[in-house]
Amino acid sequence: MKEVETMKEEWKVFFQLFWTFFKMGPVTFGGGYAMIPLIEKEVVEKRKWLKSEEVTDVFALSQTVPGAVAINSATFIGKRIGGVKGAVAAMLGISLPTFFIVLALGILYFFFQDNPKVEAAFLAIRASVVALIAYAAIKTGKTAITDKSTLGIMIVGVPLLFVIHPIFVILLGALTGIVCRFVKRKLGYNMKLEQKNEDYKNHPDYFMGAGI
Amino acid sequence: MILWELFRTFFVIGFVSFGGGYAMIPVIEAEASQHGWMTTQQFTDVIAIAGMSPGPIATNSAILVGYSTAGIAGAIISTLGVLLPSIILVLIVATFFTKLQNYSIVQSIFYGLRPIVASLVIYAALSFALSNNLITINVSWHTVSLLFIFGLSLVLLLKFRWHPIYIIILSGLVGVALYS
Repeated sequence: MKEVETMKEEWKVFFQLFWTFFKMGPVTFGGGYAMIPLIEKEVVEKRKWLKSEEVTDVFALSQTVPGAVAINSATFIGKRIGGVKGAVAAMLGISLPTFFIVLALGILYFFFQDNPKVEAAFLAIRASVVALIAYAAIKTGKTAITDKSTLGIMIVGVPLLFVIHPIFVILLGALTGIVCRFVKRKLGYNMKLEQKNEDYKNHPDYFMGAGI
Repeated sequence: MILWELFRTFFVIGFVSFGGGYAMIPVIEAEASQHGWMTTQQFTDVIAIAGMSPGPIATNSAILVGYSTAGIAGAIISTLGVLLPSIILVLIVATFFTKLQNYSIVQSIFYGLRPIVASLVIYAALSFALSNNLITINVSWHTVSLLFIFGLSLVLLLKFRWHPIYIIILSGLVGVALYS
């Protein structure tokens, strides 16, 4: 009898995890820092699963793992609360709503893409997508460039991408970071590693360069 | 088998998808064009739809590339592929570390990764500008109008902090008025 009770309790937690993040999914465009205040409110204030400092640690940790900050944070919180199954429940919760929205929009697009009006609309939309990416480039550049070496890496990276597969460029970047810091430490330089960025709290549009 | 190819491709992408959003555009584009899944123009439209929708750009593009290549099954498989590395690594990290960001090696890696993520986004902007005739030697009325839409969108983003969804909707309407 007791086992049945604990199993029931367990499933209740999984469902709560799933539902908490399911509700957040559709309202968070970009999926990045825009979600932080929302997650804090739900996880700290409402559910009281974690303390505020713990959530801050989760966000920091989420940024060191590949993938979107929002999805990683949800998975981390799920793991803390309900183990591996909890992690899966939270990740499914945060991913499913957007999956269906994107799929629906995609189906519409592929159905109507040859319509002359849609073609005309997308001619212009493509130009504004380039603007969206340029804007993201400005935002990401601002947080990434902390000194001359990081500026150098960024400048060299762009032409490299025209000739080498991006995955290798990413790995090369990580390797350069290790070598660069090793050499600098040997030479006794002081390094500014990271810009303290509290910007996202004041500007919810910070999602553009999210996830670094 | 196309589904296996999709899964394998997005699984690899999932492992390097630092900078979650726009930085993954060149990686996905390189793979999609190498496999012959999509042209760059189609891929630009995919990014437009991905940017209009909630959720991370990388995951959203995976859904759309998967769908256009192999239907609903393709969309599901690609999404699982891109998400799986994250969940695996999160579970490993969550089990062994509470403050990974304090480790010197992790800081070193990100010292090099952050500027590369910026390079990726700059490269994405350049290559999309090229493939969509924003940067060209044959300057025509058409090019000028596209540059105008580009400039206006950038100002609305930078100065007026418009949300991308409104910019995409507005430019779509401008497109219908100008080009149809």
